[in-house]
Formats: sequence, structure tokens, C-alpha cells
Amino acid sequence: MNWLTDFVRPKLKELVGGGKEIPDNMWHQCPKCEQMIFHRDLETNDHVCQHCGHHMRITVKRRLEMLFDNGEYQTVHVETPVIDPLKFKDLKRYSDRIKEYNTKTGESDALIVAHGKMGGQNVVIAAFNFAYMGGSMGTAVGEGLVTASKLAQVQDAALIIIPASGGARMQEGILSLMQMARTTIAVEELKEKGLPYIVLLTDPTTGGVSASFAMLGDIQIAEPGCVIGFAGRRVIEQTIREQLPDDFQTAEYLLEHGMIDMVVKRKELRSTMVRILSLLRNTGAPADVVKLSPKGDKAKRGSALVTAPIPHGAGPSS
Amino acid sequence: MHHYLEFEKSIAELEGKIVELRHLSGGPEVNIADEVTRLQGKLDKQLRATYAKLSAWQKALVARHPDRPHALDYVKALIEDFTPLAGDRLFGEDAAIIGGLGRLQGRSVMVLGIEKGSDTDARVKHNFGMAKPEGYRKAQRLMQMADRFGLPVVTFVDTSGAFPGADAEARGQAEAIAKSIEVSFQIRVPFITVIIGEGGSGGAIALACANAILMLEHSIYSVISPEGCASILWRDGAMNKEAAEALRLTAQDLLKLGVIDDIITEPLGGAHRAPETAMKAVGDAIAKQLQKLDALDPGQLRAKRRQKFLDMGKVGLS
Repeated sequence: MNWLTDFVRPKLKELVGGGKEIPDNMWHQCPKCEQMIFHRDLETNDHVCQHCGHHMRITVKRRLEMLFDNGEYQTVHVETPVIDPLKFKDLKRYSDRIKEYNTKTGESDALIVAHGKMGGQNVVIAAFNFAYMGGSMGTAVGEGLVTASKLAQVQDAALIIIPASGGARMQEGILSLMQMARTTIAVEELKEKGLPYIVLLTDPTTGGVSASFAMLGDIQIAEPGCVIGFAGRRVIEQTIREQLPDDFQTAEYLLEHGMIDMVVKRKELRSTMVRILSLLRNTGAPADVVKLSPKGDKAKRGSALVTAPIPHGAGPSS
Repeated sequence: MHHYLEFEKSIAELEGKIVELRHLSGGPEVNIADEVTRLQGKLDKQLRATYAKLSAWQKALVARHPDRPHALDYVKALIEDFTPLAGDRLFGEDAAIIGGLGRLQGRSVMVLGIEKGSDTDARVKHNFGMAKPEGYRKAQRLMQMADRFGLPVVTFVDTSGAFPGADAEARGQAEAIAKSIEVSFQIRVPFITVIIGEGGSGGAIALACANAILMLEHSIYSVISPEGCASILWRDGAMNKEAAEALRLTAQDLLKLGVIDDIITEPLGGAHRAPETAMKAVGDAIAKQLQKLDALDPGQLRAKRRQKFLDMGKVGLS
């Protein structure tokens, strides 16, 4: 469509010697503008395309390192209440699918719960792993979110939930649907304690996940371009029998329709969230507080006036 | 004339014969009355046998039977002085969700129901029982009003799901459902839900986070329709029978899973064969639950409702 993409792409391909010989890990193609990105650039830019600004999916580990002070955090073990509660089988046994995904991802389900500090404040983050069965929500994910909320209440911490999910997990049937209620109760109890609840919507947040805890944050933030909505695009197109606009159900569309507070670029997520948390909890302007101990932090509240740039991706260097 | 389901062939034949014989009455040589009685006995036997072991898919068909009593039928039959209340005070009025004040066995209640409509005009008017955000927001408003006046909330759930349309998405379908669930767990009045036909996913649970959840014997409640599940997991929409079975969407399975509290027995051959009897049974079941909930104070009502849902998913099917 765009003369620029048509023009630049073949040139790039020439430069690197054609698509097929490129080792997978050296060059990546942006799924949106289809331009090639060198792997080191991808890392430096937190998996945001330097050509078109498209935010690609990143691993939960990377996400947590980007957000927590110094990239430091502890994960919390979440019990799976009952594995395969319905003894579900479609073309494959659900119990076999679980095993497959456990091996593939090294995780026991689609939610990772971690706690640490952001801007010196206690924060619990519950992040969905889209690579695990599309981040679908079943009993284990529900249990994880309940655990995250309880942990935040015990630690007097803010709760940040980062959905990346197609919705409820069909293989756990009605019990997945009930997680919409469970997770809503979980965040409601946290809110009643006066603790901040921030939702960071990432690609995608749809179905039963969007229609429960993910739309109930005190603050709703979304990454640029991510898909957020209740019903799937194709289902809607079949219902109304007409083409939907390109930006339908994107973060920008939701912002325009008053459903979220802001769309924030990945590079600015951490500083934005740190600022919001400090404002909500009235802890004074956040400095680069990563080196302060929790006690020192309180003593110096409000006195740290210099806001140094906050390092990104402070985990293992790329 | 009856609308017969695909598995009711022999029942249709028997009933056809009975009707024929009745038209013949007056012929002296055959004792018609005796023959009718004999066939009637056979028909009852056939109905009993068929309806005692309906498959999950057959139950889905019964649950969607066009002659089955719908929400407004229940309101007419059970609620005296029904006073409909309209609008969400934000955007509009959604006829898919009916609501209002009334008296159930002499006691003031707030009634909400998802109405599918019983003829073509009504189906169009009520959007086939598929609610939009304004419907869920009206429900929230009425639940909060009930809470303010200490009135029990009674909901009749019957929907294939929330409306999958572009306008519904634009006005925040996900948020509207999420908020309805949240409000359901905030109110401190008795809350009773009856699944009278189809409990379709998020669109249903938005009105079903109750202290007591009852299901009619042949109603269904599921995270996704059997057809939807078949086309996604089996990649074949024709596998709906298998999907219905796997989803465990029958009242009997849901009782075992601890998702519902009780099953209301239907008249022989389904609620559509004797609507008055079915509706009376529902009225009595609601009154019985209300009486039980009267023992709890407002705080307990809310706390127990939350705990009930938090406990879900801890048992699977063996």
C-alpha cells in the first residue's frame, strides 16, 4: 500500500542478502510494517519497531524487568486448584495440552505473580503470559489473581494487572466463566482497602478477561495499538455484515470512546506508572529511588526533588 | 401446534395420532376414548423416557425452545404490581433487559430479566435477548436502587450472550459487564438468580452473581455456546453435540461442580409443555430461597455471596 514500505523492503532484503539465508535470531520482521529489524535494535527498543512504532509482544520476564526498580522482583508460587476439572477433551485431551504448554513455557499456567518495588513503593504485578494457551483464563489464572490481590493487601502494596488474553479458557467450561466473578471480587476487596489498582492493557485483552477485572482499574493504561474488546472482530462483522474501521477495538479507539485513561508507549510505561502510584498514594515526587531502602524511602518522602531518568530494562543486558 | 425438536419424532407421531382420533369422535364401532387413553399412556411413557436422558445438546435445544416461557412470562405469572423501570440515565433504554419493581408472593422485590421475545416482533424489539451496555448499566442502576431500599434482587437469565455489535463495543460492552459483576458483589440485599433457558457466557453472568443460583432442569449455562466451542476447538461447527457434552453445561453437571445451588424440576416433556406449572415451580423455589436468606444480615449477605464465588473451581468432576 505504502510506497515507502514497498520501496524500502526490497532494498533491505538486498542488503542482507535475501530473506531465506537470514538466521532467525539475527533479523526480525515487524508484523505490522513488515520492515526488517536487527535483533539488537529490537532489544534496545523493548520490542517496539523503530520504523513504525508497532509494539510487539514481549515475555513476562522482560516485562517485569522493565517495570520493577532495578529489574528486581520475586515471583510467587500459585497453586492450580484442580487440574483439568471437567476432564475435557476436544481433538486433544486438555490434560495433554496442559503438559505441552508446561514444557513449552516452563510455567504451570498463564499467569505470573511477582512482587517488588516501583519508585520505592511496594507493588504486586500479575502478568498474563500470552504464550501459554493464548493467556486464557481458567481456574489457575483466577487463583493467581486472587493470590495477587491478597498479597498486595498483606504488603500494603499497589496491584498492577497486565492482561494479554483471548478470554476465558473453554476447556474449563463454566469454571472459567466463574473466574470473571472471582477476579472481580479479588480486585474489589483490594479497592475497599484503599489500595491502588492499575490495569495495563496489552495485546490482546478480549472476551471474559476484558469483561471483568481488566476494565475495573482505578487507572486504565493501554499500550499503543493493542486490541481490546469484548466480542471478536469477526463475530461482529458477521453480525452487522459490514466492514469495521481499521482502528476498531484498538487502544486508541478505546481512548477516544472514553474507556481508558491513557495510551502509553512502552518506553514511558514505568515512569508513568511510578508517577501515578506516587500521586495516588501521596508519597511525593518520585526520584530515582531504586537504591533507597524501604525505610529510607519513607524518611526521605517528599525530599527527593531531583527526578533522574529511570533506567529501562535494567535486568540482564542484551 | 407444537414446535417439535429434532429428537421428538416419535412423540410428534403419537400426538398426531391422538389429535386425529379426537377428530374422529362419533364413530360408534371403535371405542375411541379407550384408544386415546392407551395412546396417551404411551405418549407419557415416551416423554418420560426421552426427557429423563436428554443429552447435553438436546438440553440446549430444549433450553432454546421457542415456546419455553421467557423472562416476561415469568414476570406476568409471578410478579404482582410489576412496575417496569427504564433507561440507564447515560445513553438509552435497552429492551433486551427488562427490569422493575413488583411483588413476589406479597413481598417487594427488584426484578431483572433478559428477554428473548416470544414472536418475531417481540424478538426484534428485545434484540433476541442480546443486551447492550445500556442494558447492563440499567441493571446496575436497579441493583443499586434495590440495595438502597433493602429490596431483594431477583433475576431471570435467558440469553445466548451479550450483543456482539460495533455500537455495543463503542459504548464499552466489556466495561458494562464487568461493572455489573462488580455491583453484584457490592450490594447487601438478598440476590436470587434463575437460569430459565440459556445462560450464555459473560452476558449471563453479568446478572447471575447471586446468593442463590437456581436452574430449570433442562436449562443450560456455559462459557461459550456449543456451536462456538465446536468451531474453535474442533474447527468444525458440526461438532456441536460433542462440544455440548464436553462443556458440562447442564444443570445436573453444574450442581455437581458447585456452580449452582438447586435444580427446579420441569413438567413432563419440558417447561414449554406446561408453562404455568413450570412458572409456579420457579416462583415457589424463589420464595423458598428468599426465606432462607432472610436469616442473614446485610453484611453477611454480601460476604457469603463473595465467599461462594471465591470457593468455586475447587472441586472438579471425578
